[in-house]
Amino acid sequence: MASLRDIKTRITSTKKTSQITRAMQMVSASKLSRAEANAKGFVPYMDKIQEVVASIALGSKDVTHPMLQTRPVKKTGYLVITSDRGLAGAYNSSILRNVHKKIQERHTSKDDYVIIAVGRMGRDFFRNRGMEVAEDVTGLPDQPNFADVKEIVRKTVDLFSEGAYDELYMYYNHFVNAIQQDVTEKKVLPLTDIESSGGRLSSYEFEPSAEEILEVLLPQYAESLIYGALLDGKASEHAARMTAMQNATDNAKELIGSLTLQYNRARQAAITQEITEIVGGAAALE
Amino acid sequence: MKTFNVNIVTPDGPVVDTNVELVSAKAKSGELGIMAGHVPMVAPLQIGAVRLVLGDNKSELVAISGGFLEVRPDQVTILAQAAEKAENIDAARAKEAKMRAERLLQGKQDQVDLKRAELALKRATNRLNVHEGKL
Repeated sequence: MASLRDIKTRITSTKKTSQITRAMQMVSASKLSRAEANAKGFVPYMDKIQEVVASIALGSKDVTHPMLQTRPVKKTGYLVITSDRGLAGAYNSSILRNVHKKIQERHTSKDDYVIIAVGRMGRDFFRNRGMEVAEDVTGLPDQPNFADVKEIVRKTVDLFSEGAYDELYMYYNHFVNAIQQDVTEKKVLPLTDIESSGGRLSSYEFEPSAEEILEVLLPQYAESLIYGALLDGKASEHAARMTAMQNATDNAKELIGSLTLQYNRARQAAITQEITEIVGGAAALE
Repeated sequence: MKTFNVNIVTPDGPVVDTNVELVSAKAKSGELGIMAGHVPMVAPLQIGAVRLVLGDNKSELVAISGGFLEVRPDQVTILAQAAEKAENIDAARAKEAKMRAERLLQGKQDQVDLKRAELALKRATNRLNVHEGKL
């Protein structure tokens, strides 16, 4: 049996750990509420741009744009959104497992795909497995605004336009609620499944022409899709970390409980032993 | 005079939501003035200032970095990647950005970087102009 002092040390260290995890949980909770607010602020923009894109792209059948056309797929791009830091439960591992499996299924050669990694966990995962990461971004702030992600977002869309890949999938954790985040695969480019958000499609006049508007509009639309996923991913990250830390705190509490029980038993055993020894000693003197 | 609702939305949230008499913006094809009852229209915008005439000779300037403008019978929406009201512009930061862009323009030979620096310079100059109330 472990000595009294050993158990005492374990109890104190577990207590300290639980203080840290509880603090991290509270930090994540406040970050989550801000991330949710950010994601909410983005909704009007996304809705609007979707509405306009849908009414132009679906309204006039004769307009074409490279981003709307499916071309034969020689190379596939994967944009994988993960976090920079761990301690977020299954947040990163579930995405990475999913992407890794999909890539193994779909591609036989390394030349068939390009990986763009957001977040250190994703980048390191692919590098360690000898899969080349074409672009990577790390060190995104917890509350990214559009200016922070403009570079990567633009680069991703440009790479498609330049023909570096012929389709682009994006993987991220979709935020459902604080305890549920779903790994989501979304095909970003080409923009084949533009859904109109229900409402009536208005017919516009185009100044100067529909083509030229699509020229501006479609990259902007694709960029906002990616930005939306980044915001969604951030919210999920904070939620996942919050839940993970909540669990860690609960487990620590449980551990402290059982350790305290052990400690008390050991203490009682020690006392009993002492009494027996004294009584034994006294009996020997008589 | 008849007024209508104007929304300026960016990925970071709405910037402007007011009723105005006239919106004047720089589209790719030239200056546009829009009043109530305009035909539904979509037009891409240049990096530039948007002037909102509120009535009573009051007007407001907003710096816009590209994007486009959508006109509906009862409402005008401007979707831009970044937009700032004149009073919210940080002049010191804009000046810094301008200087940085100018340095880049002088140093770099690369075609892509050159283009990017030019755009950055345009945006910074635009923000400074709007801040000072120039159109």
